[in-house]
Amino acid sequence: MPPRSEGPEELPITADDDVVRVRQLVRTYAQQTKLSLVDQTKLVTAASELARNTLIYGGGGFARVEEVSDGRRAGVRASFHDEGPGIPDLTLALADGWSSGSGLGLGLSGAKRLVDQFDLDTEVGRGTVVTVTKWKR
Amino acid sequence: MTVDAGRAQNLTDLMRDSAEPLIDEWVGVVAALLRGRSTKTELEADFREFFAALLPVVGSDGKDIGGPEFTDLRAFLEEYSRSRVRAGFTPTETASSVFSLKRVVFDLTESSDDPQMFRQLMAFSGLLDALGLLTFESFARVREEIIREQSEQLLELTTPVVKVWEGVLAVPLVGTLDSARTQVVMEKLLEALVETGSEHAIIDITGVFAVDTQVAQHLLKTVVAARLMGAECIVSGIRPQIAQTIVALGIEFGDIVTKASLADALRHALRREGVDVVRSEIA
Ligand SMILES: Nc1ncnc2c1ncn2[C@@H]1O[C@H](COP(=O)(O)OP(=O)(O)O)[C@@H](O)[C@H]1O
Ligand SMILES: [Mg+2]
Repeated sequence: MPPRSEGPEELPITADDDVVRVRQLVRTYAQQTKLSLVDQTKLVTAASELARNTLIYGGGGFARVEEVSDGRRAGVRASFHDEGPGIPDLTLALADGWSSGSGLGLGLSGAKRLVDQFDLDTEVGRGTVVTVTKWKR
Repeated sequence: MTVDAGRAQNLTDLMRDSAEPLIDEWVGVVAALLRGRSTKTELEADFREFFAALLPVVGSDGKDIGGPEFTDLRAFLEEYSRSRVRAGFTPTETASSVFSLKRVVFDLTESSDDPQMFRQLMAFSGLLDALGLLTFESFARVREEIIREQSEQLLELTTPVVKVWEGVLAVPLVGTLDSARTQVVMEKLLEALVETGSEHAIIDITGVFAVDTQVAQHLLKTVVAARLMGAECIVSGIRPQIAQTIVALGIEFGDIVTKASLADALRHALRREGVDVVRSEIA
């Protein structure tokens, strides 16, 4: 395991391998923060979905991962940034089973269910930022 | 660059006084040895640092190289070896850089016939031998680190399809699955089903850390493709945290047969093959 890190860490997402790397980084943080195994798996899976969306639909970008605290409990926050086309219809994108490509259409909606906090910031023509947080129970 | 014969000399002083020409000469020799794969500027920077760490221990014969006065030198050589491994140099080339200093220093003292100096040079030679061997060791250690990293990645790549019984194939998925790898494995499995004429395939995911929608999609596609070929897939080893994640994602495995363990899956497949597994009492 890499040494415990201070502050946010960023990784580029420009190829398939990067998705694996982002997933491993999120996993390291989840373990450091001592999230339960179920919560680790949920967060890592959400990260996998969002990183892949950044790659496939956002045309690449980067991920930022950090340990956070709300004063009472610790958590892990991961955000996924791209300067791609943005999402024109959020309701549609967040609907179970809808994909503009050939996916299962469960990445965004599923990721939302897997985490405690889910923020989606998107603008057509400018890009998308999705931020997820999982708190330690 | 030779010294007046006859005058008693201390090797440390001599090396300190001739530091510039010595380093210059040393860089030249090693640059020629490496045939341009390191620039003189790069070598000079490294060797200057090495030389500075070396001077305080000239006089040692290298037998006490594990001692505290060698800390800096050891740290430097470790780092030096590390950068050499990454840059693709051989251990011999790396150690030769250290050994080359011998010849340069010997040249400097060539005309000295002082027995005192001779003894110092013998010790110095022993010291450089010990340091050269140290780079070998560091080199080996660093290379092991790199190999370990690579084999972890390799493990994810080489997923074998094994025939566990007549008509039953099994493929254990291990590690972090990305879509490309999952797809390769699934294709291999379908090929193996055809080749062996098997009617059952067990996909065991005990070793998988996370199943995302893309991995699930590959799994589902494989199951459907296998079914079209007349074979049944059983997914085994879905651990509790993976099961919960799959449910939260909203993935439906439909009528796919799932079993807790590989053993359960095998028992199921065998029963379907008409093989009954019974425990026999051995008297
Ligand atoms: N970063 C993004 N940039 C642009 N569009 C996106 C992005 N992420 C998701 N989308 C859109 O939302 C849809 C739903 O995403 P998702 O739920 O992950 O399903 P899938 O990846 O299977 O298509 C995608 O098909 C795509 O049109
Ligand atoms: Mg997706």
